Amino acid sequence: MEIILAVAIGVLTGSGVWLVLRPRTFQVIIGFSLLAYAVNLFIFSMGRLRVGAAPVIDKSGEIDPMLYTDPVPQALVLTAIVIGFATTALFLAVLLASRGFAGNDHVDGREADL
Amino acid sequence: MNGWLQHLPMLPIATPLMVGALLVLLKESRRKTRLTLSFASVLFQIFVAYQLLLATAGHMPDLWPQDIAVYLVGDWPAPFGIVLVADRLAAVMLLLCSILGLAALTYSTARWERAGVHFLPLFQLLLMGLNGAFLTGDLFNLFVFFEVLLGASYGLMLHGTGEMRVTAGLHYIATNLAASFLLLIGIALIYGVTGTLNMADLAVRAGQLTGADRRLFEAAAAILGIAFLTKAAAWPLNFWLPNAYGHACAPVAAVFSIMTKVGIYALLRLGSLLLPTGAPAAFGGEWMFPLGVATLIFGAIGILATQQAERLIGYCVIMSSGTLLAALGMPGVALTGPALFYLLTSVLALGAFYMLIEMIERTRSFGADVLAVSLEAFDLDDPESPDRSDDVVGVAIPAAMAFLGMAFFCCALLVAGLPPLPGFVAKLSLLSAALQTSATDTPSLAAWTLVAAVLLSGLAGIIALSRTGIRLFWTAEDTVVPRLRVSEAGSVSILLLSCIALAIWAGPVMDFLEETALLLDRPQSYIDAVMSHQPVRALGGMP
Repeated sequence: MEIILAVAIGVLTGSGVWLVLRPRTFQVIIGFSLLAYAVNLFIFSMGRLRVGAAPVIDKSGEIDPMLYTDPVPQALVLTAIVIGFATTALFLAVLLASRGFAGNDHVDGREADL
Repeated sequence: MNGWLQHLPMLPIATPLMVGALLVLLKESRRKTRLTLSFASVLFQIFVAYQLLLATAGHMPDLWPQDIAVYLVGDWPAPFGIVLVADRLAAVMLLLCSILGLAALTYSTARWERAGVHFLPLFQLLLMGLNGAFLTGDLFNLFVFFEVLLGASYGLMLHGTGEMRVTAGLHYIATNLAASFLLLIGIALIYGVTGTLNMADLAVRAGQLTGADRRLFEAAAAILGIAFLTKAAAWPLNFWLPNAYGHACAPVAAVFSIMTKVGIYALLRLGSLLLPTGAPAAFGGEWMFPLGVATLIFGAIGILATQQAERLIGYCVIMSSGTLLAALGMPGVALTGPALFYLLTSVLALGAFYMLIEMIERTRSFGADVLAVSLEAFDLDDPESPDRSDDVVGVAIPAAMAFLGMAFFCCALLVAGLPPLPGFVAKLSLLSAALQTSATDTPSLAAWTLVAAVLLSGLAGIIALSRTGIRLFWTAEDTVVPRLRVSEAGSVSILLLSCIALAIWAGPVMDFLEETALLLDRPQSYIDAVMSHQPVRALGGMP
């Protein structure tokens, strides 16, 4: 189970990094989205992978912490998702503004003179 | 009276947050109300920062016996809840931030505040993020406040639009997004390995890690270090800075001069807390010192190479970051006090410099930076610049050029580190502390490298700044006598007078900062203050 998650995080990170280094703004923003997915999965997996143990306490009787998954990484992921969502939206707006000003979608605003 | 004093650490965060929200609700046409609210908020933050400074200097022993103001958010005790901690270092940074914010806000009321929408709320949120980053005692909360601060800075960076600004903003946003991802990975790894996000608790638990866990923790600290170094503009990670800060409008660039210091503050805070447990290589100094020297040399080369004045100040920011990293990377604690003094002077000086350069730019005619030959060769004409309107109405002060010249001279003295201004005091105390901190009689190679790098960068600064000054003031043809408003000239004067005050009272300030450095070196009081702070209401009903 862990190997699947690790490979998935690795693939997402690798693709994200490659896309971020590309010259077109749309590729950059997709790259950031993939990186955000990878980082969020990573944070979530820090709570250790556990099958069949929801982080909801059954109030009747003694509470045994070993029965539940760690809820803190899940809270961290929610915060990170929300923050990533907002910054992606802002980046999209800046991307469109740059497209409008420069007339092309190159990250530098003009094509490289090769 | 005691009631509201115990909420002191929370006020620098809550005030700009609520005022910022209120400012969004008020219409743009209610200008007087909005400006009054903004100024009231910043002045209140200065007052609260001063109170916190008094508290950490030992004037409120009944509330906080160890001179460290601790505030439990939500009244949850320390390792479980988020805790706000104001020790001396945090109080000093808060006061610095509010003074800089006041000056930048004053400058913006002249013209820039109306150049776009939502300047005032974004400014308040930027101050909230800065205050929160200095006050928080929790790693993930530090990330959240970094994001608040960066989000507000993205909006402020783009304020006034224009093609160059938007392109520079795109690069700035992209770089900081990547650094934030690294920060998240590092924080998540630290939580996964130690099980805590509270900085004081982390200091305790990090010392108990062994074997593979310890190696993972060191890797996490390294990733965290890279993220902080990107924000602090260390050498291979700082190519975004001169472009981004140079294209921001003047009051925004002025308040950006403290943003690199937030990265350095984070490195200092975590390094000092993890010290007793054996600092991981990420925060210890083995590579911090070479990186600092490399940043300093890069800044020195950049300052000599650049032709535009705004980019020159960007390289001055890089040079100040490099000096701080090199000084904090030296072994021992003797350089931390002078480094903090240098931090104070460089933030105030560079903030003033950005606003000053914008005023000087009004005296320049088109093409003044370009050689006449190039203008003809490329067939360039004076374009209609949409965001450079010259109808600023103000009092035509006859001595405007004299003021600009004197202010430029003061800023140049501060950056280059020449007497009598505090730039000299800072560099002198840095160098003398470096030459004295060695176990044996002769200073180490690292000390000599630091001395050489600081002096050479100072020389590069003198050359570049005098060349720029001559070009701006003495050899410029067709200068336009600028019309300066009192708010603009006044804000630059506030910052320069603060620097002069730092020079006059350098003794007491340096003593205070050296005491701060000694306390950073013994983090046990911080850890005890945080872990032993009891919530107001006893926790009942918990098994």
